[in-house]
Amino acid sequence: MSTATLVSDVVTSFKSSGRIVIVGASLAGLRGAEALRNAGFNGKLTIIGDEPHEPYDRPPLSKQVLKGWVPANHTTLPRAREVDAEWRLGVAATGLDRKTKTVRLANGDEVPYDRLLIATGVRSRPWFNKVEAALEGVFTIRTSDDAGRLQAALAAKPRRVLIVGAGFIGSEMASVCRELGLEVTVAERADAPLVGALGGVIGKIAAEMQRDHGVDLRLGVSVEALEGDAAGHVRRARLSDKVTIDVDVVVASLGSIRNIEWLEGAGLAAGFWGVACDAGCRAFDVSGVVTDSIFVAGDIARAPHVLYEYQFLSLEHWDNAVFGAAVAAHNMVSLEPDRRPHLPLPAFWSGQFGVNIKGVGVQSFGDEVVIAQGSVKERRFAAVYGKRGRIVGAVTFNHGKWLQYYGALIERSASFPPPPPGYDHPADMKPVPAEFPDPRTPTALPTVVLTGHDPTDRAAEFQPRRR
Amino acid sequence: MTPETAWAEAMKFENRPNPYRFFDELRKTPVVHVGNGVYVVTGYRELMTLAHDPRISSDTRRLKAWAAGKAESEPDPSLEAYGEHGSIIQSDPPDHDRMRRQAMRYFGPPHTPDLIPSMEPAIQRLCNELLDKAKGKTRIDIVDEYAYPVPVMVICKILGVPLKDEPQFHAWIYDFMAGLMDMGPEAATEEGKARKEKGQASAAALKQYLTDLIKGYIKEPADTLLSRMVHCDGPDGPMTPGETVANAALLLVAGHDSTVNTISHCVLTVLRNPGSFELLRRRPELIPGAIEEVLRLQSAVQFFPSRSATADIEIGGTVIPKGSPVLLMYGAANRDPLRFPNPNEFDPERPDNQHFGWGSGIHTCFGGPLARLEVNLALETFIRRVENPRLVVDPPEYRRSNVFRGPRHLFVDFDGIREQ
Repeated sequence: MSTATLVSDVVTSFKSSGRIVIVGASLAGLRGAEALRNAGFNGKLTIIGDEPHEPYDRPPLSKQVLKGWVPANHTTLPRAREVDAEWRLGVAATGLDRKTKTVRLANGDEVPYDRLLIATGVRSRPWFNKVEAALEGVFTIRTSDDAGRLQAALAAKPRRVLIVGAGFIGSEMASVCRELGLEVTVAERADAPLVGALGGVIGKIAAEMQRDHGVDLRLGVSVEALEGDAAGHVRRARLSDKVTIDVDVVVASLGSIRNIEWLEGAGLAAGFWGVACDAGCRAFDVSGVVTDSIFVAGDIARAPHVLYEYQFLSLEHWDNAVFGAAVAAHNMVSLEPDRRPHLPLPAFWSGQFGVNIKGVGVQSFGDEVVIAQGSVKERRFAAVYGKRGRIVGAVTFNHGKWLQYYGALIERSASFPPPPPGYDHPADMKPVPAEFPDPRTPTALPTVVLTGHDPTDRAAEFQPRRR
Repeated sequence: MTPETAWAEAMKFENRPNPYRFFDELRKTPVVHVGNGVYVVTGYRELMTLAHDPRISSDTRRLKAWAAGKAESEPDPSLEAYGEHGSIIQSDPPDHDRMRRQAMRYFGPPHTPDLIPSMEPAIQRLCNELLDKAKGKTRIDIVDEYAYPVPVMVICKILGVPLKDEPQFHAWIYDFMAGLMDMGPEAATEEGKARKEKGQASAAALKQYLTDLIKGYIKEPADTLLSRMVHCDGPDGPMTPGETVANAALLLVAGHDSTVNTISHCVLTVLRNPGSFELLRRRPELIPGAIEEVLRLQSAVQFFPSRSATADIEIGGTVIPKGSPVLLMYGAANRDPLRFPNPNEFDPERPDNQHFGWGSGIHTCFGGPLARLEVNLALETFIRRVENPRLVVDPPEYRRSNVFRGPRHLFVDFDGIREQ
């Protein structure tokens, strides 16, 4: 029997009787499951999710749900097809044993796999003080349960809402509060909203949008403490500039934490940065060697990107979850040379203060920006980001129809600045520094150490950060 | 075959039923010069790129200026027909964006979400009435007796153009379509010149008619799209009367003519392809996809001669020099085999059917959502009620225009009309 026949037999038999476990029952998990069935996988499929709900869509949570247009439990994701899976919902995965190829669950069950898809995503970073975080009226938003509770709190007409952090989610929530006629304060440590994602030049425009809509935007300040009343309801916030404000609702919008704790001890390249994988979605082990049976998709995946100097990037974007899961699924049931790369052109959207914001590429990879089309004053424009003479990203404010053009320029690594449009562009089209903050002050990183002397016992060891 | 020859053949009236083999010929060079400084785009990828390139302008004043600098090619007065003020299809941002907002405010979401859905009962009723009239007969002209009355009723109602004036403006539009924007070799013949003259006169008459209508709305506001545009209370303020006339002409012409052609082409395509009628009758949920597939194959607007390059643009191995007219050939790109497998085949279940039947980029069809509703109801009603329909002649006789392409008549024999 030839090798080719053997290999083809292995694929056929795996497709008919293999066992695949997907950990994570959100967008990436669901689309991965559908793609597996589309790819002809007829074996046993198990989907594990810590939330009790069936897969739902998250982008509406900070928008339509908070506005009260759509109930929090009405964003269930449409199904592209039947997946015929065993759903283990409401029970979290707590461990992974790669030797025995089993996933451990919070209830003690063990689920065996032949191939595993890690799609556990991220959670919102909680308020740093546990006592304050437990106060009534203090929220974070990531899940539909979060959104349902926060929506109810906003519908109760609080006198003032404090949003801590002016990233996309924080800014969207501030916009919703104003639409609901609520007084809202946004406290942001940086000099402008959206500065981490889009830089200070565009951030200044976002700041004007907030203030024009009546947001009490406080920049360059942090919130040092929250104080509650006798009933344990938050009533005041103390800011780093010594100002105290009265608030009834506080939303901590401090970014996200990747759900990697359950992988501790599994020997994968998993850390605060996510789970590293190759462009074919195969996970790396802690030594940086690619695994054969473990795949990663969605917010938690971190893969080298050809357009960005092969740097490892995590893309917490909706379509990255959809397309990444499809590639992971394909590769889970295929062998070389039939495997495919996941080479996304990163893309995102946001809606705030009546402006539709859309982006392609990695804006923060750039160091210069130019307003290429439209008018900043009228808040309809396209801005293009460059690095070393190449276009690396673009963002549009109420100008999304043009985004595809810039996406194509990014894919071609076209030269920066882009050629001037034939009409409707600012008089001055000189690129300026994009004003991204300096790389964040190093946080206490987990450490990876090398051990062993002989080439045969040389290995990497992951030392979790001691708390 | 040289590109010049292929282009002339594609535009010739006798090839109107099937210009596609000449488009295939042209597509050997996806962006190609076809004489008189005109560049024609037939490749899918190249068309997509140029439809989104901000160095491509739709401002027809640029074409005029370019033509004035070139002795051998006259300015194309047909574009004047839409009024001296450019309508949305012949202008660039920021004017284009502003006018589109001013019009969309009273046509679609978020400000007017209910207008299009509210038309459904009237459209359904009219489709049924038209088929009821065919009861007892054995032959129907789909163009005149079924496809035409529906969109004209709808567009008149929405714009606020009196339906009683239909015979008058229908004749103007007919002449206008036949005589203007003719890119084919017949334009230079005596008959072609006569058609052009007649078309110009009709365009002027249509413009005068709409000017008077809008003057009326300026004095006496009403609950119609034209009146509301010229009284726009949004952040952009009212549309000027001149702009309103230009856009009224565009919406009146495009709003009924392209929809007629699409309904006719739907019936033609479904009956031309054995098994399709039975398939859609059995599985009506496939009808929306089938309509998109017809639009891919038989784009109602084949191209629109408004665009030009504002810079030297290199694309598909060709450099389009600054100023050159650029024709984005939707109907040709929709059959690019690099994008659509078996491009000439009608596949109602074709996956990933991102065709250019509605254009692409900022000039994407304004009335698309309304047209989709009309065409869906018309085709669905036809399939449900007409028993054993057969084409009488295939291909049917076509209309003159190479821009707004569709059958002049489409005779269908049938066994009977089912009850509603």
